[in-house]
Amino acid sequence: MADSMKIRASLKGEVTEVKVLMIHPMETGRRKNDFGDVEPAHFIQLVTATLNGKPVLEAQWGTGISKNPYLTFRLKGAKAGDKVAVNWVDNKGESNAIDTAVIAA
Amino acid sequence: MNRRALLKSAAALAGLLALAPFNALAALWNKPAFDSQNVDGALKGLGVMQAEPSRDIVLIAPDMAENGAIVQIEVESHIPGTEAIAVLAEKNPTALIANFVFSNGAEPYVITRIKLAETGELKAVVKAGGKYYSVSKKVEVALGGCG
Repeated sequence: MADSMKIRASLKGEVTEVKVLMIHPMETGRRKNDFGDVEPAHFIQLVTATLNGKPVLEAQWGTGISKNPYLTFRLKGAKAGDKVAVNWVDNKGESNAIDTAVIAA
Repeated sequence: MNRRALLKSAAALAGLLALAPFNALAALWNKPAFDSQNVDGALKGLGVMQAEPSRDIVLIAPDMAENGAIVQIEVESHIPGTEAIAVLAEKNPTALIANFVFSNGAEPYVITRIKLAETGELKAVVKAGGKYYSVSKKVEVALGGCG
């Protein structure tokens, strides 16, 4: 499943910029498919990010986040080689996670 | 306690523990806030009674979005002690889009891509020191993206 997420953490000066791409349909529960049936809601509800295991970002999402969600966030105090991990859980209880090492840019 | 009762309660406890992570996460998700159809209801769900307009929040979004299904936005708070940033769209079927909570050195800054159903106000609400601050920006939407 890890191939359905991408992450990059680059250190520039004192700030580490983390970019994350998640593969997810983010169905609102209002969209009709080609057969006229309403697609049930299926969306990421919680995204958590950690730096060396310590929480840095906790996001709650609704259906207003676009399909295949993209997220950039910034960390202060991270060093090259530190571990950044991101995990999501959706409304069906499915989840995915990915981690990477901070790279000096 | 006899052996059977002990095993039974151990099994029940294991069952509870197995369920706990998902239930705990489901409980964490602010359903009343995300289910609300308007900004006021969503803010109430987030515990925001009043948000003071602030120039210290930067909300970058296009003036005109060609495709409401994918609108890239950037929010940054320069308010000291910022703990959280919520993003809301006035005209979406459910107003609250996201709530980001920062800790341990995360800067109050996010870029993400959102859906906008139609032309309306996009709002960022910042929580700092137990108070709330907001900024709004009108985004024209050519093709709605909340099907």
